[in-house]
Amino acid sequence: MSEGVERVRGLRFLRTAGIYAVLIVVAFVMSLPFSWMVLSSFKPNSELFSYPPVWIPTRWVLDHYIRAFEAAPFGRYFFNSAVTGISTTVINLFFTSLAGFAFAKYDFPYKNLIFFALIATMMIPFHVILVPLFLVAKNFPFAGGNGLWGGGTGLLNTYPGLVLPHLLPVFGVFLTRQFFMGLPDDLIDAARIDGASEYRIYWTVALPAAKPVLATLAIFSFSNVWDDFLWPLVVTTSQSMRTVQIGLQVFQSQHSVEWGPLMAATVAVTMPLVVVFVLNQRSFVQGVTSSGIKG
Amino acid sequence: MAGTTMYSRRGSYQRRLQRVAFLFILPVLLYTVIFRFAPMFASLYLSFTRYNVLQPAVWVGLQNYIRIFQSDLFWTALRNTALYSLEVLPLNIAISFGLALLVNQKVRGVAFFRTLFYLPVVTSIVAVSMIWMWLYDYNLGLFNLLLEYVGLGPFDWLGDPRLALHSLVIMRVWKGVGWNMVIYLAALQEIPQELYEAASIDGANSWQRMLRITWPLLRPVTFYITVMGIISTFQTFGEIYAMTKGGPLNSTTTVGYLIYQQAFDQFQMGQASATSFVLLGIILALTVVNNRVSGARAEA
Repeated sequence: MSEGVERVRGLRFLRTAGIYAVLIVVAFVMSLPFSWMVLSSFKPNSELFSYPPVWIPTRWVLDHYIRAFEAAPFGRYFFNSAVTGISTTVINLFFTSLAGFAFAKYDFPYKNLIFFALIATMMIPFHVILVPLFLVAKNFPFAGGNGLWGGGTGLLNTYPGLVLPHLLPVFGVFLTRQFFMGLPDDLIDAARIDGASEYRIYWTVALPAAKPVLATLAIFSFSNVWDDFLWPLVVTTSQSMRTVQIGLQVFQSQHSVEWGPLMAATVAVTMPLVVVFVLNQRSFVQGVTSSGIKG
Repeated sequence: MAGTTMYSRRGSYQRRLQRVAFLFILPVLLYTVIFRFAPMFASLYLSFTRYNVLQPAVWVGLQNYIRIFQSDLFWTALRNTALYSLEVLPLNIAISFGLALLVNQKVRGVAFFRTLFYLPVVTSIVAVSMIWMWLYDYNLGLFNLLLEYVGLGPFDWLGDPRLALHSLVIMRVWKGVGWNMVIYLAALQEIPQELYEAASIDGANSWQRMLRITWPLLRPVTFYITVMGIISTFQTFGEIYAMTKGGPLNSTTTVGYLIYQQAFDQFQMGQASATSFVLLGIILALTVVNNRVSGARAEA
């Protein structure tokens, strides 16, 4: 009897050990590019370019970081990316959850048709609207020296220009609608009986309940802007309006790449999002699950 | 009498709620109409014109579309894009499904590994490109250094026209599997445990349970992942611009990169718009085919 229990325990232990072994091997492979980037960024040049490769730097130096921030106005790039990322996120959280709430909790004519039309726009490849959006940004009425029909530079090289395609994503409406559909109607009716306005109900009842899904949406919105490359490439030309992703290009020239500073800058550009994600990963996974994103 | 006033009062209350709801969706609706629908139609119009931004657009009919299908570069780009997608998607699905099964195990600290496997998703495509350019470097890159230990290589990962696209595939798979892992994981956790218990009683081993229960139940998820994968791989641009600029010898020129070149290197906005509509057509066609195929399989 106890021998049987022993055997089951032994098998379970073997199984667990096996799972850990696989996890660790996969983790090593998956994290290799990251580890190599971080380690490279702290190595003195002599070890960066040595053969056989040096894994752990014998001396940890900050030279590459200093050089990276000297080579280009990275402080400015960070500021630009942060301003566009944060303002987009705030605007998106408010307006898309407002719409998501309306789609989930109210009835109005053509509701499903409108919702379907909105969702359909998620299928449009960005390349299809790239050229017209660029023209809209350039000819935006009464901005950047424009008259009603353009003539100036419009929103090119401005913050509104940078955030333009990232505002009010339909994905946010979809995500928050899914969440609010699960919110009990009783809560809303109780607030109505207390005499709260519909907007007040959204602000004080619905929104606070939606925190996990809002966290997901915040990460989504912010990283969309922070990570974007094609649009800032098109809409900015001046150094002072470039973003971090474009900034990473300065270490490459026709014939050579400054690997040390490039890896240091890449670490710096990657870290903010990694930190935000790690802090919020629990609610992020919950958000993905509750949104029914899996179709 | 009382009934009718009640009715109309309730009616006006309903109308007021409708108005409020409509106000709530108005910002998103206006934005989407102005910055998604309208540009799409504008793009469609531009695709029938010759337009270089400086001079007014000139209507040229189907000329841009005819030129696309006569251009060798377009067919090269389309072949590259299709091949890229065809390699990335199956690899991504297989690996992310495996990872989801792995991180669905109930062992201590598994959340740490889940986060770790997800990190490449949070990293921008440009940052990922920079890291992998360093790994792929011919003289100093880690991959060639490691391969030298076992007497292989060196490979010119990004400089050899036969190899470059496949090198980009490996990188994209590494970057993308975490996202699909989370989607598979969410779906895995919704499969009722009783199904597995019943199958165990009937004598199914774990491999059979995976093949007969898990995988078929996740078919809608796999469909979703495939559709989203087609949409995103067919738009591939960032890593091409950052790493290869379409080279060597156009071996990594994708349709997405071609459109950018047409629009912002050559200022052929009409041509770029036409190419983007061909791209949209291809994506829609693939989605429909995929829908048919997986629908047919579900019925069989």
